[in-house]
This record gives sequence, C-alpha cells and structure tokens, in this order.
Amino acid sequence: MAGKPRLHYFNGRGRMESIRWLLAAAGIEFEEQFIETPEDLDKLRNDGSLMFQQVPMVEIDGMKLVQSRAILNYIATKYNLYGRDIKERALIDMYTEGMADLTEMIMHLPLCPPGEKDAKISLIKEKTTNRYLLAFEKVLKSHGQDYLVGNRLSKADILLVELLYSVEELDPSLLAKFPLLKVISHSSQGLRTRISNLPTVKKFLQPGSARKPPLDEKSLAEAKKIFRLP
Amino acid sequence: MFFLFHPSENPEPEVMAAKPKLYYFRGRGRMESIRWLLAAAGVEFEEEFLETREQYEKLQKDGRLLFGQVPLVEIDGMTLTQTRAILGYLAAKYNLYGKDLKETVRINMYTDGTQDLMTMIMLAAFKPPEEKEENIALIVTKAKTRYFPVFEKILKEHGEDFLVGNKFSWADIQLLEAILMVEELNASVLSDFPLLKAFKTRISNIPTIKKFLQPGSQRKPPPDSHYVKVVRNTLQF
Repeated sequence: MAGKPRLHYFNGRGRMESIRWLLAAAGIEFEEQFIETPEDLDKLRNDGSLMFQQVPMVEIDGMKLVQSRAILNYIATKYNLYGRDIKERALIDMYTEGMADLTEMIMHLPLCPPGEKDAKISLIKEKTTNRYLLAFEKVLKSHGQDYLVGNRLSKADILLVELLYSVEELDPSLLAKFPLLKVISHSSQGLRTRISNLPTVKKFLQPGSARKPPLDEKSLAEAKKIFRLP
Repeated sequence: MFFLFHPSENPEPEVMAAKPKLYYFRGRGRMESIRWLLAAAGVEFEEEFLETREQYEKLQKDGRLLFGQVPLVEIDGMTLTQTRAILGYLAAKYNLYGKDLKETVRINMYTDGTQDLMTMIMLAAFKPPEEKEENIALIVTKAKTRYFPVFEKILKEHGEDFLVGNKFSWADIQLLEAILMVEELNASVLSDFPLLKAFKTRISNIPTIKKFLQPGSQRKPPPDSHYVKVVRNTLQF
C-alpha cells in the first residue's frame, strides 16, 4: 500500500501552498520534509531527486514529481477534481492559470525593493479587482451554479478559495464588490463560504493544520538563505 | 527503424466545420508552442495578427479575453485563453498526452521544464540591449546544465524514440521546439548530447513537422526589433 504523499519544500507557502490546499480539500493526509538550510537543498539536488534542480517536489505513488502545475494536475485527476471531459478541463485550466498569475504577483511582493513596494501593491490591487476577481465573478454569474465548472467541485474552486484568502490578507475591502465570491447573496451562498464549509477544507483552515502562514521577515530571510538569494 | 506517424483523425463531425483561430502578434511569443502543437497534429489553423493597440482593445471590449490577455484561441466553440490551458486541451484532443495518468504527469513535467527554458528566451527579447549577451549566455548555460542533460538521460535510460511511452507526444514536440530555439542562440549547444542530436533529426523528419519547418509555413521567426516594438506598443509596457 502506498505511503502518504511527501512534500519537499521550505516551511512556507511559496509554490507548494496550492498543492497543500488541493490535497487537503481532497481529504488526503500528507507528510512534509522542510528544507531548512542550503545544504538540505544541495542534498536533494545531489540525490537526483529534483528533475530540474528545483522544488516543489512531491513523492507520491512511487514517483518524485516536480513542477507545481504537473503536480496539481496529477492530484486533480487522481481525486476527480478536474472536470468530466477535456472541455471542462480546459476551462478549469484557464481559470487556474489566471489565478496562478495573480498568486505569483502576491507571492513576489515580499521580495520587492522597499521603494517600489507601494506602487506594486497598488498594481496588484488594481489587477485583482479589475481583472481577476471580475473575471471569476462573471463566470459564476454566467451560469448561476455553485461551482466554477460543470456544476461540480474542481481544482478551480479550491484554488480560487485559496486566492480569496490571500487577497483578503492583502486588503479585505477588495472582496467587497464581489458578492458571488464571498458573502451570502440572495438565495445562493458565496463560493468561499461554501467551499470553506467542506469538512476537509474546514479542517485545513483550523490552527494546527498543514496550512502555512503568510511570509514574515524571519521566514523570508530563511528562504533567501536556503535558495542562496541576495 | 521505420516510423509512421498519422495525425489524429478527429471523429466528431461538429469540429470539422471551423478551423481553430489564433489571435496574437505576428511573432512567436507565447503562441508559438500552440502553433507547433497544431502543426504537428496536422491541424490547419487560421491566424489574426494584432498590429495595433486599437485591435487589442477591441478584443478586450468584446469580452473574448477572460483576463484581458492573449494568446486567444477559438476552437470547438470555446474562447480559450491562457497558453497552458490551450496546450493541454490540444494535447488531449489529438492524443498527444499519454495513455494514462502516469504518462500524462511525465509529459507535464517535461513540458513545464522546456516551457521555463523557452520563456527565458522569449523574455530575453524585451531586455535592454546591453544585457543581451549576458542573457543569452545564461540561457545557453541553463539549457546545457539544467534541461538538456535531463532529456538526454531519459532517452538513454529507455532507449526509445520518444520521451514518453514509446509514442510521439506533446513532450517531443516541445523539446524539439526548445532545442531549435536554443540552437538559434548557439549553434553548437547539442555537441555534448548525441541522443538529443538524433532525436532532433528524427522528430524533424515527421511529415507534419517537416512541413512546418519549411519556409512558407506558419512558423514564426525569432523576435526582431519591429516585433518588440509592436508588442510594447500594444501591451503598453
């Protein structure tokens, strides 16, 4: 019988957090091996465990998977969170690629030089409301269903909920204009509330779960050390 | 060894009607991998080229760009954006995505890797000219130390003609595309990779790909200063 998936990354969100969300939402328990020093990363590289010398890496079903998208798509397919056919999959991918673009901007914010930070935050906020949340609100409005694609829970819904929490951490007021995404509206409950109430996700949102906090000064310094960034 | 590749027959009558239509600049950028995949699958496609800011704004106003961005591909009644979403759909549709989940995940890992390399090359065109040489050197180094060795090893370990499952897939198409792009920067980059050299020849000789590699096809040339100008002007950066 296969063991639990094992996640190799540093002790923070970065590119692994979406994978943690997806596994958690699918009800899959997983282990984590944290990279704490540059030597830890070197060891993984020298072992030949990292195909392109990079993390995230997830040991699952006898494989050492790298590339976060490949990993997410594997998990989504395995646990039926990827739509019923290739057209639904294309929509799910289109939505999650957009989410990944915004997440990337938010993820890189701590690395921004202090002088440029305010401008960057403004840009992110503007893109969040005028481009991304607007698009997802529009999708939900267009079909009036409870989930983004095919009237069924998928990778897209889970990653959107992750994104909504990140956006709220950045600025709670950004969600105000998007009732379908957040709050109870008319007869249908907001997507985030619905997903957050799923037992597996509810558990993941509680303290003591594998969910990681936003990057703070100390974690940022540690991560820079591990990845040998200036 | 003889090898025959037959582009996928598409059994659905509804999709025989319209050709896929691609909306992008007249150049490689993020659309080129999509052109490669369609061409390799033997699928004819149409293109509308963005040349002005006004054209781009019209697409946005028409509501066809979910996140306000191109590439855009109209196919099978869908208005698809986001490169990877489009590529994944095409790979699945034309049976270039492996026979099971384990093969698919390998194809995804390989294509994500080659895409990282090709994105570096794509972005290099937009960097300041004084950084150009240094950028190219970095890309070639990454190709020779991080990416090409991986694929050389894969081919060596199974001794098969294709990267995954002894069958032509999206992974092979994208690796060829990446190899040719890096060779444009440094012609001798494959000198230490004999299996990749043979792979390059083999895949280039697949009839649909051979056709795509000939002058007059829809393959786009490397970015020049005019292309960079049009993109900067249209996307305003």
